[in-house]
Amino acid sequence: MPETAPRAPGQPAGRAGRIERTLREALAPQRLEIADDSHRHAGHAGARPEGETHFRVTIVAERFEGLSRVERQRLVNGLLSAEFESGLHALQLSTRTPAEAGPA
Amino acid sequence: MDNPVFQRIKDDVTENDVVLFMKGTPVFPQCGFSAAVVQVMSHLGVKFKGINVLEDPGLRQGIKDYSSWPTIPQLYVKGEFVGGCDIIREMFESGELQELLQTKGVEVRADA
Repeated sequence: MPETAPRAPGQPAGRAGRIERTLREALAPQRLEIADDSHRHAGHAGARPEGETHFRVTIVAERFEGLSRVERQRLVNGLLSAEFESGLHALQLSTRTPAEAGPA
Repeated sequence: MDNPVFQRIKDDVTENDVVLFMKGTPVFPQCGFSAAVVQVMSHLGVKFKGINVLEDPGLRQGIKDYSSWPTIPQLYVKGEFVGGCDIIREMFESGELQELLQTKGVEVRADA
């Protein structure tokens, strides 16, 4: 597997970076964590040699207030539709409001 | 319903109380996320129909379009989309899943 290109500090590379920018802009989250789990699924159907297929995202945002679990995930999935179209295979989501998440 | 797969999905989720669209079968799940939902359902003692989307490329894409949901697994209860792996796990842990199943008249093991 080729090494990922060096990147500027504070600027996550590739899909993780795009996911982060998209979600920050759209949801103004209080907390946002993005983990690339692709290596844990290497060789499994849906995995690609170049990786960037399996992500785990934790979002705490006011925007989720009043939305059901399904509505929250639909919102996030919709924001990331371009990523699904370009090879994102699995997205584990935790979507909570600040009240649900409790004090940081 | 312009997509012919939609009718098949609709029939499946209408005729069966609990349907899990998954990768692999309940006995041999082929994806960790599908396996996790099977485990929850087994723990609750809930009878469900597992439908292996890997056997049918049309269904694999069709169920994503039908539910407007980009990933597998997907759980349906009484014709209603409940969620994917994260949602099922969260609802199970909070007891909401058991409540939902019971409200919909689906039998859940008493000690679960």
